[in-house]
Amino acid sequence: MTTRRRLLKASAAAAAALGFPAIVRAQSDKIKIGHLTPLTGFLGALGEYAVMGLKIAIDEINKGGGVMGRQLDVMSEDSVNPATAATKAQRMLDQDRVALLMGEINSASAKTIMQVAAREKRLFLQVGARSDVLRGADCNRYTFHVDIPVTVMVNAEGQALLRDGLIKGKKIFCLTSDYLFGHDLAKAAKAFIAANGGSVIGDELTATDVADFSPYLLKIRQAKPDMVATNLGGNQVTNFVKQYAEFGLPYAVAGFNLNTADAWAAGEGNLSGVWPTVWHHEIDTPGSKAFVAEFRKRYGKPPENHAWIEYVSLHILARAINETKSTDTEKLIAFFEKQPQFDLLKPRKGYFRSWDHQMMQEAYTFTVKPKGQAKDKWDTLQFGPAVPAANQPLELLATTKEQNTCKM
Amino acid sequence: MQSLFLLEQVVNGLVLGGYYLLIALGLSLIFSVGGVVNLAHGAFYALGAYLSLEIARFVGFGPAVVLSPVAVALLGILFERFILRRFYAADPILSLLVTFGLALVAEQAIRMIWGAAPLPATMPQALKGNVMAGDFLFSRYRLLLLAIVAAILAGIWLLLNRTSFGRVVRAGIQRPDMVAALGIRLQPYMTAIVMLGVGLAALGGALFAPIVIVHPAMGAEIITVAFVVVVIGGLGSFWGVVLAALLVGVVRGVTIHFAPAAGEASMYVLMFLVLMFRPRGLLGERIEKFE
Repeated sequence: MTTRRRLLKASAAAAAALGFPAIVRAQSDKIKIGHLTPLTGFLGALGEYAVMGLKIAIDEINKGGGVMGRQLDVMSEDSVNPATAATKAQRMLDQDRVALLMGEINSASAKTIMQVAAREKRLFLQVGARSDVLRGADCNRYTFHVDIPVTVMVNAEGQALLRDGLIKGKKIFCLTSDYLFGHDLAKAAKAFIAANGGSVIGDELTATDVADFSPYLLKIRQAKPDMVATNLGGNQVTNFVKQYAEFGLPYAVAGFNLNTADAWAAGEGNLSGVWPTVWHHEIDTPGSKAFVAEFRKRYGKPPENHAWIEYVSLHILARAINETKSTDTEKLIAFFEKQPQFDLLKPRKGYFRSWDHQMMQEAYTFTVKPKGQAKDKWDTLQFGPAVPAANQPLELLATTKEQNTCKM
Repeated sequence: MQSLFLLEQVVNGLVLGGYYLLIALGLSLIFSVGGVVNLAHGAFYALGAYLSLEIARFVGFGPAVVLSPVAVALLGILFERFILRRFYAADPILSLLVTFGLALVAEQAIRMIWGAAPLPATMPQALKGNVMAGDFLFSRYRLLLLAIVAAILAGIWLLLNRTSFGRVVRAGIQRPDMVAALGIRLQPYMTAIVMLGVGLAALGGALFAPIVIVHPAMGAEIITVAFVVVVIGGLGSFWGVVLAALLVGVVRGVTIHFAPAAGEASMYVLMFLVLMFRPRGLLGERIEKFE
């Protein structure tokens, strides 16, 4: 008997070690999560904020006893570019044995990681990339998207521009970042402008590494538009608004994308116009206030939207694992598709829409405070009320089933 | 009207060329005299920008633009004496590696000190806005920049061509062995050239901080352009670098006028074409020690 039992034990151990390494590792006491985000390049500054916010969430969760009683072990790396992002995602799954993937800001890198997730049938919580196609034509059932998509940004921003009389009957000149996100943003922006009686009189592509916008500024002056609308990504917007102020052109400026970190970097008197955002540090909820206070205490400055979104995303993931008592991708997908409500530190809770896996949530617009009203260098922006308004449905600004080509 | 717009782009390109020149000139000088391609040149540019912002908090924009390059030039003494000097006679691959490594270290150091998030930088209100000359629009600030670059260019030309310092440096470029045979140590001259070169890069950083984004990777972005300008202009040629900087500015402007998406690629196409027909660059001289 003893020998037979011993033989069984030994062969089971051998089988486990050889055939089912994932199961063996899953029994280890930590839950491993792979996190990728750009830490260099034109989105690197946003990635740094993302990691800062993520660290606060990791510490909170682990100090609170972890998830299912196990500590979270989040390995975070620079995604560099779309090709490297995919390679690293694959390596994290194969060699580092992470249970799940999360992260990203760059839409092109998010797209390649999504392909890895679909191939490996593993959950990817796509945190910060905003291209419509990711939750549209290129969507897959293994990916859930937290940040607002391009269409929501355009609709939120567009409502503010309509209110200010800058669209109807106006000539609009677009500047578009020459990569996936920029093209996507331009497409949605042009559709909005056309639908609301404006005309696009120019649309110029700019490489993501353009440092000098002067030739574009000359073309804008030649075109004499009523408004310049930017579809730029990352720190490009900062470069553009600095040089726009330098050249002193008289036309109104607005844009369909600007992250708070890049707005803060514009410098006094350089930024003007209306811009959209997904969250800001002055939102008056207990959750946001506590997060902002903790962030300020740790890093000596307020968080920006990418810090916030990583923070809430890890909490969303932790809750999903806790409630399903599993890191199994299929169980997590089923949990999210039941559309549970998540606290996003905003007045209204959000949920992943089951058919395109997009988080439904409030958005905001902001303008720049008049000169002399800012208390410090972080206090230069004036945030507007949430859109949609409290009495409107959350899905108001999102793509409809007719518009969205997502098939899972 | 179309040709007038094009002319406006050409003129704007010349102004932009002045901006490139400030960085490329120092890179070219250090290469010509020391035979070292200083890939850390961009780091001094970034440092110039960051230091100018720190100094400006205490003494304002104007003095900061002067003090920051001086501080970086002093740092250049250490850079030359303790690092570059060991590699003049060595295999060029070693100096490439060491300056490339230094560029990475410097970028990460900036990230650790000032953070990855870009810093706000702005110019005095009086310098903002445009100047119209006929139907041409110019940024007031860039015209000021152009005047500064022209003054510096004149100063360096006089230094190289009308002083005994310049004679030794020029002789050192062509025949360092002869200079040594005449009993002149080239090393102090090399220190001065490196101080001048990295100081110019820092001046570029301080002057451009109000108009481009100030972030840790700004050095890596500018070194590529500066390197392309030096290669197109030809090694060891003062006027070659000037010509190439202006040409790159104009070609980029004209390309953006016709095909905006190709704007950033245009300078590499230009480099390719120039090297096909003139492997030494536009005005490159035959320098024995590099053959």
